[in-house]
Amino acid sequence: MYSPTMRLTEDERIILEGGRGEALRKAMESVVRFGDVFGADRLVDLDHGVHLVTSFGIPLLGPVFDMMDELIAAGLETPEPFTVDPRPYDFANVPVGPIERLVFTKVMYAKQKDYEAQLRKVGLKDGRAFTCACYFDEVGNVPKRGANLAWAESSAVVYANSVLGARSNRNSGVLELMCGIVGKAPRFGFLTDEGRQASWIVELKTTGLPEAQLLGSAIGMQVVEDVPYIRGLDRYLGGTLDDRAKDYLKDLGAASASNGAVGLYHVDGLTPEAKDLGEALVRKDARVYVIDDAEIERVKAGYPMMWKNADSKPTRCFIGCPHLSRAQLYGWLERLEASLSAAGRKRVAVPTVLTTAPDVAAAFRADAAAAARLEATGATLSSICPLMYMNNPLCGKKPVITNSNKLRTYTKARYYTDADILAMVTGGRA
Amino acid sequence: MKKSFKGRAVVPGTASGEAVVSRRGFNILASMQRDLMGKKAEVRCSDQNNPDAFGRALSGRILCLPRTIGSTTGGMVLQAAAALGKAPAALLFSEPIDSLAAGGVILAKVWNGRDIVTVDGLGDEFLAAVENGAAISVEADGIVTIETA
Repeated sequence: MYSPTMRLTEDERIILEGGRGEALRKAMESVVRFGDVFGADRLVDLDHGVHLVTSFGIPLLGPVFDMMDELIAAGLETPEPFTVDPRPYDFANVPVGPIERLVFTKVMYAKQKDYEAQLRKVGLKDGRAFTCACYFDEVGNVPKRGANLAWAESSAVVYANSVLGARSNRNSGVLELMCGIVGKAPRFGFLTDEGRQASWIVELKTTGLPEAQLLGSAIGMQVVEDVPYIRGLDRYLGGTLDDRAKDYLKDLGAASASNGAVGLYHVDGLTPEAKDLGEALVRKDARVYVIDDAEIERVKAGYPMMWKNADSKPTRCFIGCPHLSRAQLYGWLERLEASLSAAGRKRVAVPTVLTTAPDVAAAFRADAAAAARLEATGATLSSICPLMYMNNPLCGKKPVITNSNKLRTYTKARYYTDADILAMVTGGRA
Repeated sequence: MKKSFKGRAVVPGTASGEAVVSRRGFNILASMQRDLMGKKAEVRCSDQNNPDAFGRALSGRILCLPRTIGSTTGGMVLQAAAALGKAPAALLFSEPIDSLAAGGVILAKVWNGRDIVTVDGLGDEFLAAVENGAAISVEADGIVTIETA
């Protein structure tokens, strides 16, 4: 029997000793061992539903599916419904050729249907719960400030910690489900006040608001997994977390979490903990990283070109990794229309996919006029995970362009700023 | 000649074998997905961004690395490899273990009864001293010994 280092309550100990069944014992032992490795002092109750990173039924994860069967056979499910990352394909809105389709359904994600059936049995919220941005109001997995969480999707973890002021570590996939099943998380790292202190000061000295995807990338590459305290951004975003600020921080965070491994950042005068505690969040020995226009340019120029032929004509464009908010979706619709009109075109020159959460897509489609306008541009709306899509080797080797620094990092997709993407897809510039 | 290093035994156990060295962060998904999907008897590193380890057999070897990087599915891939008996025999980290690797070795142990002997915090000197193909032995108390020529 495992002898834990951390303090457990009587009830937790009974579970760990197998008093409530073998499957629950294994879930508890996984959580306790994980916490012990990282010096957790105890477990805390989860205040909010989990969000899972694993949304895809890839056959190589056979042991994970067996484990799910064990949980299901024991009748275990998470006390709160959970959300999960987006699905890996969407043939209706992101069409593929017959061989690519075969690779998706028979090879890469051959267990998709079985795995989704398993998810429903252990507590999945509903069939629309597939998004990386579970924290949108429309989706409703929105933790309150200070809530203890166990999430794994890196872009969701950094958003919950930084923008919502909730508390989640960057958990390994499946560990977050184990925490969800036992309803507890080990207390260490971002679940403690000390773990939320900043060891970097980022001084923003650009002449305007930088692209969120580039600022996040620069910060991630510099601080890697440390906590930065960002000064000077409230000058552009203001002191209120309105839609614009939240959307900007969503994209900044995802870039910092994928180009580095940032799980929490503070923005002076804007994010909740920075507003309350200010520079008391900054450690005395914090290092300083100055970002000016030249630094942003340097970071951007350093991205490797992963295409076989740099002059290839893009065959697809993904906008929305992480998924677009409702405000961003309407913003892109308006910009696409305006740019098409300026270029004297009716429809996009590059097949363009706007990705958003299923609940946001449903709300958008319910606005029949907006849905018709988007259709007229030739762009499509999907709730796919572009990253999982690109994992199909046949799709991944095609020249894909994106405004997502996360997608750039994990695939061969080529990154462009929003303005460049807009010009390219509307035919203003090749 | 022998050189010994002391780390923390995260999954205690004994192991011995041939070293595979990744001098940069080891991407579990990128390294193991191809051969696990291809149902190969032995998994060879398929991560082209990792020139130190690329093409080298990982199954049953002693993987020496600073930390793991990449997709948070990494831990599950490691668990899957262990369940199929295709994981490295040991993981030796120069840095403190990261959450992906920790998740993987813990899930493999608890759910599949498979121990991937794991030691962390061996220090930069360890990674500087070890070469691909070196004979390594690991003791249950976290002592790692490299046989050098």
